[in-house]
Amino acid sequence: MHFYLPIAEMSVNIFLILAMGGGIGFLSGLFGVGGGFLMTPLLIFIGVPAPVAVGTEANQIVASSVSGVIAHMRRGNVDFKMGGVLLAGGFVGSSLGVVLFKYLQGLGQIDLVIKLCYVVFLGIIGGLMFVESARTILRSRSVSASRGKLHQHNWLHGLPFKMRFRRSKLYISALLPLMVGAGVGVLSALMGVGGGFIMVPAMIYLLGMPTSVVIGTSLFQIIFVTANVTFLQAVTTQTVDVPLAILLLIGAVIGAQFGSKYSVRLKGEQLRILLAVMVIGVCAKIAYDLIVTPEDLYSIAPLIAH
Amino acid sequence: MKRNPATFLLLIAALVAVASASARGQALVADLSSHHVAITTGFTGTDVLLFGAVDGEGDVVVVITGPPESIAVRNKQRIAGIWVNADTVEFQGIPNFYAVASNRPLEEITSPDIRETQQIGAEHIATKLAAEDRDRPAAEIALYREALIRNKQNSGLFSVEPEQISIISDRLFRTQIHFPSNMATGSYSAVVYLFRDGEAVQAVSTPILVEKVGVGAEIYNFAHQQSALYGLAAIVIAVFSGWLGGVIFRKV
Repeated sequence: MHFYLPIAEMSVNIFLILAMGGGIGFLSGLFGVGGGFLMTPLLIFIGVPAPVAVGTEANQIVASSVSGVIAHMRRGNVDFKMGGVLLAGGFVGSSLGVVLFKYLQGLGQIDLVIKLCYVVFLGIIGGLMFVESARTILRSRSVSASRGKLHQHNWLHGLPFKMRFRRSKLYISALLPLMVGAGVGVLSALMGVGGGFIMVPAMIYLLGMPTSVVIGTSLFQIIFVTANVTFLQAVTTQTVDVPLAILLLIGAVIGAQFGSKYSVRLKGEQLRILLAVMVIGVCAKIAYDLIVTPEDLYSIAPLIAH
Repeated sequence: MKRNPATFLLLIAALVAVASASARGQALVADLSSHHVAITTGFTGTDVLLFGAVDGEGDVVVVITGPPESIAVRNKQRIAGIWVNADTVEFQGIPNFYAVASNRPLEEITSPDIRETQQIGAEHIATKLAAEDRDRPAAEIALYREALIRNKQNSGLFSVEPEQISIISDRLFRTQIHFPSNMATGSYSAVVYLFRDGEAVQAVSTPILVEKVGVGAEIYNFAHQQSALYGLAAIVIAVFSGWLGGVIFRKV
């Protein structure tokens, strides 16, 4: 059964889109990630124009983050104050990102920048995650980890505008979460991702937040940042395809339920190493496409007159 | 053939057309099975039947042209190991869609000069360069032009080889025009030429209107005309369905 997407202006098979949503939803339930970093490249792969893929995926992430955050709020795992500061940065960053997106689109370099962002960030995150979880698995049989400090102190903690975040048990400069939020916001707009895969490690390693509140807080702020991206993309580039987002969503919500049920059967570090392998896989595929000689060195793109 | 009844009706229409054409002394009449292509939510492309009649012998050539657009053709070069769009040529007034049909190969029907002036055949589509590209060497532009036609052809929007027109007893002709699902909306034209001894003796033009209809059209117009409201609606829908998903599956 085919459906003509009004914004992407192409006909797609409904069941293919539902299956994609379901598959990615399963993985996101399994690993506790949003899945935007998998869905956006997949949409581009099936022929959805890159700007539509990015705009629509932002819209879908709003929905999946809302369903995710409900469970975390019930358990009190959301640091609203930290979320708010991250969010302030996120608004600035994502707004800049949308402007940058439109500029790069005009230059004909948007596809390249999207791909490079994917290669660089997936490569770094996937690599770090792989090393860290492999080390944990190797070490787990010998020693139980020593208590140590809550987090490391370095020059970042010497910055001004200190703020107390009670739920995160932190007293740090507000500039830090502001910068993290802004950086991830730019990437969110450019890559069509929620940015959880960058935000979560940044919260743990850079801000030193306790892991229990990290996912809930990151989901909380992702809702608003992706909502901002959705709104700005809708206004500046008209690339948010709501029917496509709804189709993806239906699959993703159902898939995520099965994924999270399945995840209890696996250990944390096993999950992380699987996720790392997947992230590195996506990164390698995109890098390969950039390096290998394309079939046609010329490409065409309609210029939108205004 | 499920089109049989329709074809039959069209043949009758064509016969009537022939009768009136000879009565008025016209050598060529043509019409389409539909002047309106509606892109609905179930649209996967469509076929339009073009039919008509000629008075006496001759060759029939049909050219379908879509609405004009400006297109950037970009050339990738390897920079620091990766392929990057390094150079762009901008063409203006390129039809979004182009198809040609004829009863025998175009080279046998008429001379290259006439094909060039009438823009018959994808290689003869008139291209206008953007101001900043006009000083470039012709050989370079030719490469970009070829690339433009090649890419359009690969996406199914240009047909380079003419489709077959069948002529029945030197009088009735018909051909099927395929419109792919990625076609642009707007006004298209179908120009039918009658050639005799290599000269175009008559040409008739019929319009085709391609537009989105129904829910899809409403969503598209909403997104483009009230984009701020559309963006807000998109967020509200997402928040609501996310909340709904969270609630439904809470107990499971």
